Amino acid sequence: MAGDVYKIQDNEIKPDALYDAVLADSDGAVTTFAGVVRDNTKGRGTSYLVYDAYRDMAEKKMREIGDEVKEKWEIDCVGILHRVGRLEIGEISVLIAISSPHRKASLEACHYAIDRLKQTVPIWKKEVWTDGGEAWIEGDPSALAAR
Amino acid sequence: MNIKVLFFASCRDLIGTGERKMTLPDGATVMDLISELASEQTRFIDMAPSLMVSVNQAYVERDSELQEGDEVAFIPPVSGG
Repeated sequence: MAGDVYKIQDNEIKPDALYDAVLADSDGAVTTFAGVVRDNTKGRGTSYLVYDAYRDMAEKKMREIGDEVKEKWEIDCVGILHRVGRLEIGEISVLIAISSPHRKASLEACHYAIDRLKQTVPIWKKEVWTDGGEAWIEGDPSALAAR
Repeated sequence: MNIKVLFFASCRDLIGTGERKMTLPDGATVMDLISELASEQTRFIDMAPSLMVSVNQAYVERDSELQEGDEVAFIPPVSGG
């Protein structure tokens, strides 16, 4: 039985489980997006990242994104996972999987969902660089005007 | 009234804790809470313009009135993904 999933989690994100969770026999497509930890920011070496979240609100805002994409496209199920804590280079920070009867809907909805997540979901990233510096990264404040 | 106030990321670092219980006069607004925090930590006033505020996990404006038992959070520009 396919269903929606919205979760902030501490442990490793495994793509297959979310894919399976959103897929039903009536679906003809699943689009997945994984955000992964890159080894640099504009050339400055990244050692690792730390993510923090306002967990309950983040899960609520992710559910709102799922509701939005279901209004805009013919979507079956939406799954959004975001990890918190320390993440190493190459690990998955965010995973989105969206199922639909036809491919165009899930492709467009997945792109929309990750863009919205970066605007509205209360999650923060701290970069710890290989040169020893670290800082909380702040997104575009004007993005939240579109909350 | 008694409220719970949450701080995240750079804002938590500035305040020095992630959660505080605070007492405000009845009828106090989000702006009144910001003023109270700024009186304790002057650098909060520099950070405040960039912060979003949520009450009970919904974004609100500065003139929103607070209620007994509210959970208020100060939310720096988000950077998930």
